[in-house]
Amino acid sequence: MKPFTRVTALACPLPIANIDTDQLIPARFMRRTRKEGYGPVLLHDLRFEADGSPKPDFPLNRPEHAGAGFIVARRNFGSGSSREAAVYALADYGIRAVIAPSFGDIFAQNAVNNGLLPVRLPEDAVENLILNLSAQPAPITVDLENTRVEAGGLTLPFVIDPVWRTKLLNGWDDLDLTLSHAAEIRAFMERDARARPWMAPSRTG
Amino acid sequence: MIGNPPRTLFDKVWQAHVVLTREDGTSLLAIDRHFLHEGSHHAFAQLADKGASVARPDLTFGVADHYVPTRRGAGQVIDPAIAEMVERLERNTAKHGITLFGLGDPRQGIVHVVGPEQGLTLPGLTIVCGDSHTSTHGAYGALAFGIGASEVAHVLMTGTLWQKKPKTFRINVDGALGPGLSAKDIALHIIATVGADGATGHALEYAGSAIRALSMEGRLTLCNLSIESGARCGMIAPDETTLRAITGRPFAPQGALFDQAVEAWRQLPSDENAHFDREIMISASDIAPIVTWGVTPEQALPITARVPDPARETDPVRAEAARAALDYMGLTPGAALAAVPVSRVFIGSCTNSRIEDLRSAAAVLAGRKARVPGLVSPGSSGVKRQAEEEGLDRIFREAGLEWVESGCSMCVGMNGDIGQPGERIASTTNRNFKGRQGAGVRTHLMSPAMVAAAAISGTLADCRPFVEGRKA
Repeated sequence: MKPFTRVTALACPLPIANIDTDQLIPARFMRRTRKEGYGPVLLHDLRFEADGSPKPDFPLNRPEHAGAGFIVARRNFGSGSSREAAVYALADYGIRAVIAPSFGDIFAQNAVNNGLLPVRLPEDAVENLILNLSAQPAPITVDLENTRVEAGGLTLPFVIDPVWRTKLLNGWDDLDLTLSHAAEIRAFMERDARARPWMAPSRTG
Repeated sequence: MIGNPPRTLFDKVWQAHVVLTREDGTSLLAIDRHFLHEGSHHAFAQLADKGASVARPDLTFGVADHYVPTRRGAGQVIDPAIAEMVERLERNTAKHGITLFGLGDPRQGIVHVVGPEQGLTLPGLTIVCGDSHTSTHGAYGALAFGIGASEVAHVLMTGTLWQKKPKTFRINVDGALGPGLSAKDIALHIIATVGADGATGHALEYAGSAIRALSMEGRLTLCNLSIESGARCGMIAPDETTLRAITGRPFAPQGALFDQAVEAWRQLPSDENAHFDREIMISASDIAPIVTWGVTPEQALPITARVPDPARETDPVRAEAARAALDYMGLTPGAALAAVPVSRVFIGSCTNSRIEDLRSAAAVLAGRKARVPGLVSPGSSGVKRQAEEEGLDRIFREAGLEWVESGCSMCVGMNGDIGQPGERIASTTNRNFKGRQGAGVRTHLMSPAMVAAAAISGTLADCRPFVEGRKA
């Protein structure tokens, strides 16, 4: 996984609340494998007309936001379905962090598991960013090391779970860590099988 | 009780599964049940990349539901792209020795209906699935939550999952529900009250006399919708209703093991004076039949209300969200909700497709005709058989609705069951998101009785006059 330390890029404002994962990646595109790439279908039905042509007014389609590395959106970003493809779509499109007042829990966990940083800022700070970025598109910096966003002379500190921060800074995968505890897991499961023999699915099933 | 602080239901199940806790507070939890569906292909691809095997195939079960065609009788042609999704699940589960309730298996159905039906869902278990509505299983007093593909791969490879402990939030619902109301109305009322992200980071516990009075089907509906308020999971303490629902199920413990399990389950309810980080009280008598009017489940109102006017919303962000929602939904502020025409109905999904749901819709539809077309998809092949034994299928057909096989169907539209752009659908499902039931489709969420009332009326409608004198 690609580590996230300090990234400077254009930020695209998406002044929409409740951008759920169905909007991030409509279900009909989820049959594709990861290798096929999910970037082209990110926010498909918001970005494109029914005939497949881009909607010129949609922020991500505007020339001044081309190549954006961040998205700034309103509350409850990534709510809904647990589909990790929503994160694949953002990551494959080139988004490194999403800034919003709140995130769907499962989405945020999926994001961290794929090196995408969910930055939670207070609602008024987000509204301010949206206003400024809409008036004058400019690169901003997301600094995970120092947990702050630097935007046009403004420094906005954010709070992130220290576990997520460490994981993202190092680009770590949970699996290696878990496997290092294999003996403890085995011991737990043996003990548990004796304590709760009823937990095992019945053989009559 | 000295030395033992009172604990919540959630605390008890959580603590019983902690393998170890890191210094930073994250715990490695042992997972008791892992359900897979066709969407699990990303996780299996990760497994294949690592050349890894499945740690606990004995605790892992596959169910074909998300992509299965609901019209699959003899002579029906199945889209090859859809068939490939179902076959991919068959290949992956076979390769790893995982039990599959696949297409054609009499146990097949929607994963969150099948788990309880097969006795795989039990109190005190940790249950995960790559589906956000896994919160459903909390109705049995299990700690059950949805996970993403990377986490699915992790559980497959290790039988465990790293988790941060969520905060606890108890929702007490006391009193009696009025006639024609159901768990769906309680759930939508709660979501409208706390907001679509109001319970983010929390484990919910539903308590109070109105919850105790719910059937198991009702509890499953309520816990199912926990995720729609942002909660990690929703739980209900096991009681006699729970025990009756488990007894004799195929994979449930039998004989002496069942007795031992019951003894353990009796310890699960939250202790008196247990601490919750948040708590709210709701009076069941304040709850009316509810429909959603917008594009998030929090945008919900009693059917007797009018379409809200965004101009009267004081919060500018909410006002803009409401304006955008009304624009998508094609609704006019001030219009009576109960007069909004619908073009189609859907009864089904992991939220409302169990036998009690079908009975309550059939009670409204019996001897009446639907003015609009619609689909009824039972939650499992088992529910379908039972409904047919009870003659419910005949009621739906005679009303003019289509009675099909079991699957996620029009709730998520992955199998091709979708509406046409601009169509307005009265639906028993869980998400009224833009495009959820097809690009440009407008979804109104409500209970099965309310969908039945909408079918007969051709508009959103109050189900109460229709249920009068009828037994659900």
